[in-house]
Amino acid sequence: MTDAFDLKDAPELIRVEDLHKDFGSLKVLAGINETIRKGEVVSIIGPSGSGKSTFLRCLNRLEEPTSGHIWFDGADIADRSVDIDRHRQKMGMVFQHFNIFPHMSVLENITLAPTLLGKMSRDEAVAKAEALLSRVGLLDKRDIKPTRLSGGQKQRLAIVRALAMEPEVMLFDEPTSALDPEMVGEVLSVIKGLAQNKMTCVIVTHEMGFAREVCNRVLFMDGGVICEQGAPGELFDHPRHPRTQDFLSKVL
Amino acid sequence: MLANLLTLVEKYGPVFIGGLGTTLELALISVAIGCLIGALVAIMRLCKSKALNLVATVYTEVIRDTPLLLQLYFFYFLLPDILPALKLSKFTCICVALVFNSGAYMSEVFRSGIQSIDRGQSEAARSLGLSSSQTMLRIVLPQAFKNVLPAMCNEFVAITKETSLASTFYVGDLMTQYQTISGKTYMVIEPLIIIGIIYFVVTFTMSKLVAVLERRLKEND
Repeated sequence: MTDAFDLKDAPELIRVEDLHKDFGSLKVLAGINETIRKGEVVSIIGPSGSGKSTFLRCLNRLEEPTSGHIWFDGADIADRSVDIDRHRQKMGMVFQHFNIFPHMSVLENITLAPTLLGKMSRDEAVAKAEALLSRVGLLDKRDIKPTRLSGGQKQRLAIVRALAMEPEVMLFDEPTSALDPEMVGEVLSVIKGLAQNKMTCVIVTHEMGFAREVCNRVLFMDGGVICEQGAPGELFDHPRHPRTQDFLSKVL
Repeated sequence: MLANLLTLVEKYGPVFIGGLGTTLELALISVAIGCLIGALVAIMRLCKSKALNLVATVYTEVIRDTPLLLQLYFFYFLLPDILPALKLSKFTCICVALVFNSGAYMSEVFRSGIQSIDRGQSEAARSLGLSSSQTMLRIVLPQAFKNVLPAMCNEFVAITKETSLASTFYVGDLMTQYQTISGKTYMVIEPLIIIGIIYFVVTFTMSKLVAVLERRLKEND
């Protein structure tokens, strides 16, 4: 995989400063500082309730941060006065439960955003969608309703739907957690393909094997902060923080 | 009795049919415009603005917690009073009252429909960069509409029957024609049976059509 060292000098894509998120009196994120560089594939692991999904969802402001800064695309997108819709076009997101639009065909799911938001003409969007569908082996499904797809197919569709907007970074929120075991592989291999093509990815995952193989950096979160981070080999084989050790001893 | 019924149908058939026409016209106008108001009010109730929430909630609650007949009287007297220049016909005033009434009930139908759509649908749309109104129009409402279609049709059936209250103001609906014919013929029961049959046939047919529609929609999923 990509050597972590060539990415140390890659340009910054997202810089998070002192990010906090409270739900009422519950502090879900308690001060996160992190930089994601172009071309990095970063996975976020940690026990449930550690704030990893909330952190990811704050990055495109599906959750409003309570305080802090998120620098992306030349702006602090945590600032409520920015036009977040414009920045979201450059951040693709893939959800645990796919969230495919069931009232549209497979093709329309993909072409909706690029055409509606004026990024491409209808013809360009269709050509792009077909190219993406054939890349993930779903071209023969282009005209059917997605309710007839399997979980794995839905998630592959969700990935290409996000890719159609040509984002600068892809955010994955537990992309394989809702899948039957035999479908996990097909989705992971699509994500792996993206990583190999130097797409910047941030992946919240429970697939430790995948994180180890594909990612060049792993963040371990617990209690709303990033406890420890490092290259996967280092973090998985020689965890330094006791909480990382405890967590890994349970899941590995 | 039977002879009386046949005579009535023969002599006043067109009058009954005309009454049915007006009844359906009132119901269609109420439901069609009520739908638009209902969708708007439902969005107002679910949006972030506290002021819009309040306006929408007050409207829905006031309409739902007062009798329709009272609302009919209210608009019947109020509208010509505050807008004398428009020279509104009594039919228009009654329509406005019915529209406001069905709008409130429709807004509840739509609200439950919108809330029945998984939050993940909006999140996926927003994450692609769609604005909140684009998300509402392209993603949430089309799916909500399909979910609420049966409830909307039931509302149409209900309002068809409720328009009979408009006969208080002699707007020419079925119930008005009953009063006219009963006054002319001094028959009370027979014309009531005839319009009863007409109401029944129309609403029963509509209910059955709704059931068919519901089944079709399920098969499509």
